[in-house]
Amino acid sequence: MSAAIIVGLLAAGGTYLILQRGIVRMALGFVLLGHAATTLLTAAGGLGNRVAPFAGAEGALADPLPQAFALTAIVISFGITAFLLGLAFHSRDALGDDDVEDPVGDADDPAADPVEPGEGER
Amino acid sequence: MNALLAAPFAVPLTGAALGILLRHHRSVQRVVTATSLLLVLAAAVTLVAATGDGEVVATRVGDWPAGLAIVLAADGLTALLLVITSAMAAISVAFARTRGEDHHELFHPLVLTLVTGVFLALTTADLFNLFVAFEVMLIASYVLLTLRGGAAPLRAGVIYITINLLASAVFLIGVALLYGQVGTVNLAELHGLVTTDPNAQVGAGLVMVAVAVKASVVPLHAWLPRAYVHAGPAVTALFSGLLTKVGVYALFRLYSVVFAGDAALQPLFLVVAGVTMVVGVLGAVGRGDMRGILAFHMVSQVGYLILPLGIWTTAAVTAGLVYLLQYIAVKGALFLAAGAVETLTGTGQLKQLGGMARTRPLLATGFMLAALALAGIPPTSGFVGKFLLVLAAFEADHLLLGATAVVVSLFTLLSMIKIWNGVFWGDTTAAVADERRHIEGLPVPAGGATDTPDGEPTATPPASAPRVRAIGLIAPSLAIGITALLVGLGANALVELVTPAADALIDPSRYLEVVMRP
Repeated sequence: MSAAIIVGLLAAGGTYLILQRGIVRMALGFVLLGHAATTLLTAAGGLGNRVAPFAGAEGALADPLPQAFALTAIVISFGITAFLLGLAFHSRDALGDDDVEDPVGDADDPAADPVEPGEGER
Repeated sequence: MNALLAAPFAVPLTGAALGILLRHHRSVQRVVTATSLLLVLAAAVTLVAATGDGEVVATRVGDWPAGLAIVLAADGLTALLLVITSAMAAISVAFARTRGEDHHELFHPLVLTLVTGVFLALTTADLFNLFVAFEVMLIASYVLLTLRGGAAPLRAGVIYITINLLASAVFLIGVALLYGQVGTVNLAELHGLVTTDPNAQVGAGLVMVAVAVKASVVPLHAWLPRAYVHAGPAVTALFSGLLTKVGVYALFRLYSVVFAGDAALQPLFLVVAGVTMVVGVLGAVGRGDMRGILAFHMVSQVGYLILPLGIWTTAAVTAGLVYLLQYIAVKGALFLAAGAVETLTGTGQLKQLGGMARTRPLLATGFMLAALALAGIPPTSGFVGKFLLVLAAFEADHLLLGATAVVVSLFTLLSMIKIWNGVFWGDTTAAVADERRHIEGLPVPAGGATDTPDGEPTATPPASAPRVRAIGLIAPSLAIGITALLVGLGANALVELVTPAADALIDPSRYLEVVMRP
């Protein structure tokens, strides 16, 4: 039950933040959503078994597989967060702030992004 | 044989690491990338030979006991897709090298990371591992898309990244729910559980939705045309050949193995396939640039690719696989031709182009052959795929869907004619007439551009380097176009090659057996 409430709160907060405009807020939203998924993964292995899954340990062992999943998911979401923050930094240089919505033009108008024939090999 | 299964992801991953270490030596990086991709291609061809008769190859990574180990498996579909994707990746990288798009020191490592994810997704028989493969592939694609910098690619990149991250989160949540319910993520062990256990359907359904986003199925498609046009031309070709197609592959695999071809889902697939075809092709009408039109057609073609899921007969799946295999190459050729036009003239806007059939007849030929194959005009390879697909739809009494597929083909042809009229026919425009200046302006490693500040060429074109450039830009699309024609003429061989793979999808019992006891 407590796990369900935590997942619900994290998912709600994450969804709210992802719908914001700035990249930093979106990044924080994905952090929360990643935590929701991680909590869910851990809960999927059952929360009753508390003993670490070492060979030869006494008592009811926790399921090691969801823990491995959760670790992998944490590593991936850490990498994603770092990339998004880097992107926010980059967009501050390119656009002035981290708000990516185009206030005037159409964002998918390729005319705004002419192809440089001599692009590359600077 | 089993070690071969690790090669498709281990080789490019090693190459990516080498590429990062050797980031100041562009020529060494190029050799590493080319070697990695050709090794994977060789391994894939061997796998095709090994799986040709419906056999399935599988291995447990690290020799862990069954149940703990991640299982890699290849059946006919996997092997054939490995061949075509590794070949297309190699061609795209060669094109990027010709354009000078690989000037960034991380370009080659990123491409190798991308294909690592693609090949792992194709070979894995484990749902969580599929998630990891998607992430590896997508993270590399995020960086490749935003590598060029600039405001427009950044805006497009953020849309692409947000949608795909959200889809990944949904995928992960789906995996967690599924594991919590049934206690396994092995595809073979999941077989049939989903149809009997309504709670497991929730998790598996979330996974399918997430994969549908990555395959860009309507109504989850809007990110694709916005994002792809802003990547470099070679990167667009690479993405078009690999990313959405892996999503389509995953839909096939999950539907075949996890959902066990559940007939209850077929009406849903039929509706989605029809809507995807129509929405994509209509979206292309509003665009006035080559890659914008092609990107919307990519959405439309996904409809054809998932149509077999709604019919699920051997005839339909065979047709779908024939179509998928040739389509990956043909679509890549079209994007490469568009990239060549943009590189030569400096623009992809139809209004500013014209008359290139006179100045670049070979490029025009390559584009035309690929465009005819995309629209499905005989005697190209696209005709074979579409004809068999429509035939299968009619045979299964899906008359409306079959008719839709034919009508959408006509609209596709219309779009291709629009590009053809805009770019290759008509009067030669200023951008095309100035082409020689642009190609001289292309940075040549040893030598300089000859432009004066007035923009007038001062001397005759420096002889060989630009000509080599032009050949390198035009040859890939021409070669694929001619191949599409030849495949269309000798289609029987391809159909016979694909039929065992289609049978194995309809009846995955051999796949299940091998994956359970590798």
